[in-house]
Amino acid sequence: MPDRQEVSDPRSYRADRSPSSTEDPTEGGSGDSSVERIFREVYGQVIATLVRAFGDITLAEDAAQDAFMVAIERWKSDGIPPNPAGWIVTTAQRRAIDDLRRSTRGRQLEQQIHTSVDAAAADDEPLAGDNPLDDDRLRLIFTCCHPALRTEHQVALTLRLLGGLSVDDVARSFLVSESAMARRLGRAKYKIKAANIPYRVPADADLPERLNSVLSVIYLIYNTGTDDLTERADLRDEAIRLARALAELMPDEPEAAGLLALLLLNESRVPARATDGEVVLLADQDRDEWDRDLITEGQLIVRVCIRRDRPGAFQLQAAIQAVHCDAATFDATDWTQIVTLYDHLYAIAPTAVVALNRAIAIGETEGPDVALTEIEPIRADLDSYHLMHATRGTLLRLLDRRDEAMSSYRRAADLATTDADRRFLEAQITDLVQ
Amino acid sequence: MTQYLLSTYVVDGEVPDQPMTPEKMQAMMEGVLTLEAEMEETGTFVFGGRLTGPDAATVVRNGDTGAIMTDGPFAESKEHIAGFYIINADDLDAALAWAARVSDMTGGPIEVYPFAATGQVKDQFPDMSSD
Repeated sequence: MPDRQEVSDPRSYRADRSPSSTEDPTEGGSGDSSVERIFREVYGQVIATLVRAFGDITLAEDAAQDAFMVAIERWKSDGIPPNPAGWIVTTAQRRAIDDLRRSTRGRQLEQQIHTSVDAAAADDEPLAGDNPLDDDRLRLIFTCCHPALRTEHQVALTLRLLGGLSVDDVARSFLVSESAMARRLGRAKYKIKAANIPYRVPADADLPERLNSVLSVIYLIYNTGTDDLTERADLRDEAIRLARALAELMPDEPEAAGLLALLLLNESRVPARATDGEVVLLADQDRDEWDRDLITEGQLIVRVCIRRDRPGAFQLQAAIQAVHCDAATFDATDWTQIVTLYDHLYAIAPTAVVALNRAIAIGETEGPDVALTEIEPIRADLDSYHLMHATRGTLLRLLDRRDEAMSSYRRAADLATTDADRRFLEAQITDLVQ
Repeated sequence: MTQYLLSTYVVDGEVPDQPMTPEKMQAMMEGVLTLEAEMEETGTFVFGGRLTGPDAATVVRNGDTGAIMTDGPFAESKEHIAGFYIINADDLDAALAWAARVSDMTGGPIEVYPFAATGQVKDQFPDMSSD
């Protein structure tokens, strides 16, 4: 439970690091922690709406900060209002306008704010959701993930503005100092403003590419969260929250649903993978530890996607994970179906990593020698990817080519990006020596 | 509305399809004329120009003993600026859409810069130039 100090600092709207962060939000808890939780839940909506109202991200952040401060005091005596996001937005707008009125520049800005609010209300085509606050969130995520921003800036902005993570939390997640992250966010916000990056959902013609940029950012956030299954659980929670919001906001985009299903199914296996921070291969996982609720939800989404028949890369990856989650044991896995799904995936996303995963599945149906042959054409492309060398090590060991297996594992261990991976690969080498 | 500089680049020694056939030249010119007419009609076009090659470029920098000239463009890059458009566009997406069309026409990359200010400095800081 957070202490009072943390709650009274509005910059600490951080992700709940406890594994129970997915618990039912209506469940008990003290007044303070529920206020903190509400702040985090509404943060993205509040910022999104204020950005539309003010036409400026920094102004929106400052006004939100002020309003959260007021809320902490006011809600203590008056209780939590029925629409906390609306309360915060109204308070933030009122206070920002009060502040602005005190200067000449402010009076000009005030004029501009009213104009931009009216213009935004007049121009906007009706979007997917009925809730105007939802439409704002959708606009903001497309702005944050605009391809004119570099990927690490897209990720940082999304976590900070939509996820409501503190600058320090975002910094820690990406192993940079708080001041470096603050500069990164500053540069990204500067470019949005100076280059006039629009605040809207892209036109239909641009939508597939732009949506893909948003989905990739969310997927990257999730994958960064898998580098350390216990320490970075908050990043995975945040990615799932964003994917869920996006799938709800864009119900006509099956790839958004596909990403959500993929994340849920991947997350379902985390309890069986996170034993003492050591790598546990799919074949060795205790499947009783898999989270059945997440699997049920993910598989339901996959079935809906299949009925829609508008496949895409995220939907196919989710379908592959759904097949894995269907198998009661590793040996019961329907590898033939997995190979078929990888064939489809490779047809629309012909990357070397997809080819590698397809080769692994082929290894299960046709044997390790066939898998090695499949990997041969992509070996050079993936030479710096530790999992390619680890895969070859495993296949070569199965074929009893011990020396080659050993040098592949050695190379994989040298390239590994996490300590857990390195320890696992060292252990394989030790096994081979004995 | 923001003004943007779209600068077109060519890669040294990588002029595509060289030498250009008269038919290709003709098709490209028609493409340029159509694009520019559209920029004109939509109020997008502000100014444009084609530059000489990098061999005619000179860099001037202020050294300890006054201005120092050096031959060639500033950046030691395989790419050099070949020409530019200055356009009005509603936002970056609109500017990028124009840039994509120019790039399609020239076959080279385009750099898109928003203007922070335009005109002479005295117009931007009227207080400073009043005396």
